Amino acid sequence: MSSPASTPSRRRGKRGRGSNPPTPQDARSPPSQKRRTDDSTSTGDLQPMPTSPPADVQSPGAADALFSSPPQFRHSAIPLDFDISSPLTYGTPSSRVEGTPRSGVRGTPVRQRPDLGSVRKARQVDLHSDGLAEDIVATEQSLGQKLVIWGTDVNVASCKEKFQRFLQRFIDPLDNEDEDIGLDLNEPRYMQRLQEINMVGEPFLNVNCDHLRSFDENLYRQLICYPQEVIPTFDMAVNEIFFDRYPDSILEHQIQVRPYNALKTRNMRNLNPEDIDQLITISGMVIRSSQLIPEMQEAFFRCQVCAFTTRVEIDRGRIAEPSVCKNCNTTHSMALIHNRSMFSDKQMIKLQESPEDMPAGQTPHTVALFAHNDLVDKVQPGDRVNVTGIYRAVPIRVNPRVSSVKSVYKTHIDVIHYRKTDSKRLHGVDEETEQKRFTEERVEMLKELSKKADIYERLALALAPSIYEHEDIKKGILLQLFGGSRKDFTHTGRGNFRAEINILLCGDPGTSKSQLLQYVYNLVPRGQYTSGKGSSAVGLTAYVMKDPETRQLVLQTGALVLSDNGICCIDEFDKMNESTRSVLHEVMEQQTLSIAKAGIICQLNARTSILAAANPIESQWNPKKTTIENIQLPHTLLSRFDLIFLMLDPRDEAYDRRLARHLVSLYYQSEEKMEEEYMDMAVLRDYIAYARSYVNPRLGEEASQALIEAYVDMRKIGSGRGMVSAYPRQLESLIRLAEAHAKVRFSEKVETIDVEEAKRLHREALKQSATDPRTGIVDISILTTGMSATARKRKEELAQALRKLIQSKGKAPSLKYQQLLDDLRAQSDTAVTKEMFEEALRALADEDFLTVTGKTVRLL
Amino acid sequence: MPCVGDWLNSPLSIVQGIFAQNVPNSDWEKKVTEYFKEKLKENNATNWVPSLNDVPVHYLKPNSLVKFRCMVQDMFDPEFYMGVYETVDPNTNARVLHFGKYRDVAECGPQQEIDLNSSQTVTSERQTFYCVPVPGESAWFHAYISASQARVSPSTSYTPSRHKRSYEEDEDMDLHPSKQKEQHMGNSCCSGGDIHGCAEPKRLETEASAGHHVISPNCSPPLDLNFPLPGEKGPACLVKVYESWESFKVNDVLEVFGVLSVDPVLSIMNSEERDSSTLDPMECMDTAEEQRVHSPPASLVPRIHVILAQKLQHINPLLPACLNEEESKTCEFVSNFMSELSPVRAELLGFLTHALLGDSLAAEYLILHLISTVYARRDVLPLGKFTVNLSGCPRNSAFTEHLYRLIQQLVPASYHLQMSIESMNHSRFIPHKDYTANRLVSGLLQLASNTSLVIDETQLEQGQLDTAGVHNVTALGNLITWQKVDYDFNYHRMEFPCNINVLITSEGRSLLPSDCQVHLQPQIIPPNMEEYMSSLLTAVLPSVLNKFRIYLSLLRLLDYSISDEVTKAVEDDFVEMRKNDPESVTADDLHKMLLVARFLSLSAGQTTLSRERWLRAKQLEALRKARLQQQKCVNGNEL
Repeated sequence: MSSPASTPSRRRGKRGRGSNPPTPQDARSPPSQKRRTDDSTSTGDLQPMPTSPPADVQSPGAADALFSSPPQFRHSAIPLDFDISSPLTYGTPSSRVEGTPRSGVRGTPVRQRPDLGSVRKARQVDLHSDGLAEDIVATEQSLGQKLVIWGTDVNVASCKEKFQRFLQRFIDPLDNEDEDIGLDLNEPRYMQRLQEINMVGEPFLNVNCDHLRSFDENLYRQLICYPQEVIPTFDMAVNEIFFDRYPDSILEHQIQVRPYNALKTRNMRNLNPEDIDQLITISGMVIRSSQLIPEMQEAFFRCQVCAFTTRVEIDRGRIAEPSVCKNCNTTHSMALIHNRSMFSDKQMIKLQESPEDMPAGQTPHTVALFAHNDLVDKVQPGDRVNVTGIYRAVPIRVNPRVSSVKSVYKTHIDVIHYRKTDSKRLHGVDEETEQKRFTEERVEMLKELSKKADIYERLALALAPSIYEHEDIKKGILLQLFGGSRKDFTHTGRGNFRAEINILLCGDPGTSKSQLLQYVYNLVPRGQYTSGKGSSAVGLTAYVMKDPETRQLVLQTGALVLSDNGICCIDEFDKMNESTRSVLHEVMEQQTLSIAKAGIICQLNARTSILAAANPIESQWNPKKTTIENIQLPHTLLSRFDLIFLMLDPRDEAYDRRLARHLVSLYYQSEEKMEEEYMDMAVLRDYIAYARSYVNPRLGEEASQALIEAYVDMRKIGSGRGMVSAYPRQLESLIRLAEAHAKVRFSEKVETIDVEEAKRLHREALKQSATDPRTGIVDISILTTGMSATARKRKEELAQALRKLIQSKGKAPSLKYQQLLDDLRAQSDTAVTKEMFEEALRALADEDFLTVTGKTVRLL
Repeated sequence: MPCVGDWLNSPLSIVQGIFAQNVPNSDWEKKVTEYFKEKLKENNATNWVPSLNDVPVHYLKPNSLVKFRCMVQDMFDPEFYMGVYETVDPNTNARVLHFGKYRDVAECGPQQEIDLNSSQTVTSERQTFYCVPVPGESAWFHAYISASQARVSPSTSYTPSRHKRSYEEDEDMDLHPSKQKEQHMGNSCCSGGDIHGCAEPKRLETEASAGHHVISPNCSPPLDLNFPLPGEKGPACLVKVYESWESFKVNDVLEVFGVLSVDPVLSIMNSEERDSSTLDPMECMDTAEEQRVHSPPASLVPRIHVILAQKLQHINPLLPACLNEEESKTCEFVSNFMSELSPVRAELLGFLTHALLGDSLAAEYLILHLISTVYARRDVLPLGKFTVNLSGCPRNSAFTEHLYRLIQQLVPASYHLQMSIESMNHSRFIPHKDYTANRLVSGLLQLASNTSLVIDETQLEQGQLDTAGVHNVTALGNLITWQKVDYDFNYHRMEFPCNINVLITSEGRSLLPSDCQVHLQPQIIPPNMEEYMSSLLTAVLPSVLNKFRIYLSLLRLLDYSISDEVTKAVEDDFVEMRKNDPESVTADDLHKMLLVARFLSLSAGQTTLSRERWLRAKQLEALRKARLQQQKCVNGNEL
């Protein structure tokens, strides 16, 4: 060993066995430490090694000779024997080109697996070492030792057999993964997968490690600990079965096994030296991906003297250039022929911890990934992915000429399997990933909690405890957090019904509206917080950007799209400009966002609940005016809010007293004491998340009846006075609220009590926001048409009065505007504002009675 | 000169000793920390350790023990390193065990090689923090520290005029100059006869003496050292933490004791690697940009391998570092100071009254503001922040600037933010993640806890804010209202809570939100503001000034409570007030009054609220409000 860079140990083990004790040493020292240096070294080795095929050809012979000695290993060696002549293990790369195309294992070319390190080497080494191990066993056979791959406890034959059994037998009828569409759950699922491979021709078999674990704990452990050895074994096993079953199948290359969902490490932060060279699964967000790097797998050399050609494998980025031509013995005559060398694709990707996994106050960690071949360009920056791969650590050399080594390793993950988490989100089944977060105890605890009679009140109380009272508002927000059930009417042509509840808070400044919004934003995982003042339509929706590097058009999503399946909190809703607000129309009812920009036309999902806060236009709420007049929002938008709450300052001594006590306590109680009194924010968050993903209540018979009655009642209230006090939109709101309330109880069925509460809350909100200040009657038309029925009536009356006034003036063809206003004012017994006057004029103009040009009014 | 011992000059040899004694078992690491902890506990031992804050890097010996008071600006990914490794001599086959902890480069003798495949190798993990000196550290504080340092620490006794003689100085001190030099050389070039290694220190030296901030030719454009505030100087440092790094957070202020590593090999590697990167795809996994940031030249960004690290509650050098410990010394200090609290307060009030042109009410509020701190958070609501908006500042007399200078003299860290359209549109307020370089690019608002941020709005003119400007103003607003800054991570934003005292000076009401607006009523208008202010400062004795500083830092750390009895009284009061005038007294007002009462009690050294203080707080608030009302009337009349 003359250089710090190591050779692959197996090879060395074979050659320099004398210096290495042949007994498997891994039993004592943690495998990672030793094996890391063994397997993953990539500082390249410059030491002469068998570089040409003849060496390879020799080895099977050697192995064969070894096989013969121990009879009990004879049978285990048979598959190996079978393999030896196949390209799977021994075919020189040239056989890929020159071999006659046949089907079956022998005919289908092997695809190298750079994800497992230098593959051919590894595999070859496997056999070598297998031979070696056998050799060991042969020499130490008397001890009755088991046959294993050097440095591990993996026995190739039994491992293969076990995996084949797993493939053939594994059935999990309870399993419902989204990928399983079209699979018969009562049949062995992986056999069906193989069938699929046969039909589709995509030679990759994804294996869920969880399945493997439930099937064979030991095999799973081996896979996790020695992926580099076990996965090729799996490959072998799969190919045998496959070509046994489908001997005529023609695949691009042999099937490769891609395990995923290893349970070992979930979080990037938990990675530690023990994970090196093990199979891990971590989740994160792609932040950068490099361009494609062609990595030479095999160099092709030709002698310039005699045109003898030879192939040299790349050993981790280094070419051992043959210095002597084997044919003519000329030195330094071999030249590299680029065109005939083999390359594979490689890509470097940076993965960053997902924001949810980050502890507060720390910056996210990143880890480098190497993707190979098919996995190149599978992910884009910004994607959330679950990555399964082998964790590697590589020593860094300070200087090629200096022997000292920087005492730090570079780490990366060789990707074996990607699983995007957010591509599924677009299909609306992202619950799967979230479900797993709950442990059984937690679920038990939550269920226990849900059985409490006062759970609704409790949760409402736990919401933003620092904000005092406003219980109905908190209840409303609570229901918003739970949301209704999603209903799909696509087949009848109406598309999805909105399940999200939208809430508007309006009221005096300083009534902790913003605080409530902040709280909600902090509570929900996919919340967004914007201020109407600072946001533009673009910031809310999405915009198209040209990536400076790739010159590619990229869609950048705004707050509304980002809060898909979450809540978008919009503060200072009234300060938003008109065009921005108009975007919300589509979002708030259709729950989608259409974009037509820079050649990109698309519709994005924006299933977001909106929690907005608005200040009255005169900064103080004017109780003499209606909601519309106070906040000056278009009624088309207002009617899209399910609940509109007024947050006003109550004037009440008892309230003041309670408030004072509450506030004083804030100023001296220690934090722990405060925590005790209320439900933990984490519990609340889990409770909501659990209900949102598991509980999907449907309307019961009684509840439907109750809803119908409630709606009819609401319609009736106004009908007596010729007013409409409810529209179908209100009925939909009621249904959503009732469903949300059922979710709070973890109930699968909406019952009468849910409807009762929905009705109560809806009424409360209406009482506050839709009361006509002039008459004191709840009038929904304030929200739907922007004007109360009485106001409309008054408008009409004024128009009639004006008409009479003009008619009384006689034949004058034109009148002065100001004059007319003064006259009308003098005549009317109520105050006539300029706006009212103009409105009346407009009404008359619509009747073709007159026209207004500038400051004169002409009769027609 | 007393011999401080090897643990100061060559801590690694101590570590080696401990390592050699305990080698088979892994508890040598614990013993090392124990050893240094003991050593540093000895009387004033911490003062012997040269500080990177005050001494330029090139005057410090490589591999010596240094201390550094810093703020964590960014956290890099954890590194795996060789905790224990084995070298082998190819000729004799002799194997030696080494430790890799506290080192950047695995050391081995000229005839030895590292055996990467040894079964003895232990891989360990450490975390790297990118640390900068505490942003906005006041100048008085530097002066104070270096004064106290120079007395005791021999290695810092350089004077700028003797620039080029630093090595000789080292030799003077050392008993075995030649040996020292040899050792030094040996450390910097591991490979012995390598030309590069030998040439490097010399070049570094010349560079270093030519100027502290000369950029080595290896990286052509100057490296941005990523200080939060513009115009900051001082060493940025890569701090390698070996233990309990989970407990440290971004923006924490730390004091670390550790081994200084400025091994030139670290910088050589940079250039070498970039050359060879075209050849070796395995090593080019990081972009050049990222490499520059993550392994900058050691001459510019030294590494510290931490042996001991502690979070600092405050950075005021006049106070004992840790006040929580039940040590008799600190207790004594506190009780001594508390006994003379009221005269100090009176003097400070007088001083600030003069500074605020004779306005004692504003001075009172300024004291309350200066001792305010966020002591708890109730879900999203930060409690204890007290942002004061000092309106009615005279505009053209540079009053605000001079006021800031006075405040700077009182607090350990501060920053003066001149608001103008230009600065709002063009400065970087919010830190953001640069994914190409994989680092957090700092912004103005990345400040340590209890930094005083004085925002001067008097210079703001009418004009158009662009997108960046709007973001910046929003960020300031968020900072004031919620005491948090949303760092921009491109794909998402992340909230970092902070604790910054914001004082806004403005003519009218500020456009930024504030907890309480105090309208300044100057009693005197000095003809020459500069003269007036500087004479004010010179009139105060340094010892008194120090007392002010202690006063402001200490009171911030006190506990506070309200008895049930007073709670009842407050309740009654509030209800009564509401009854009389429901319009003007809201929950917000009660919040404010309670805050004022809290800080008022604390400023007098009382940790519980008394009835008198409550009444006084009410009175202050009433006075303040009356002034605002009056101001409104004046403005109304003008209109």
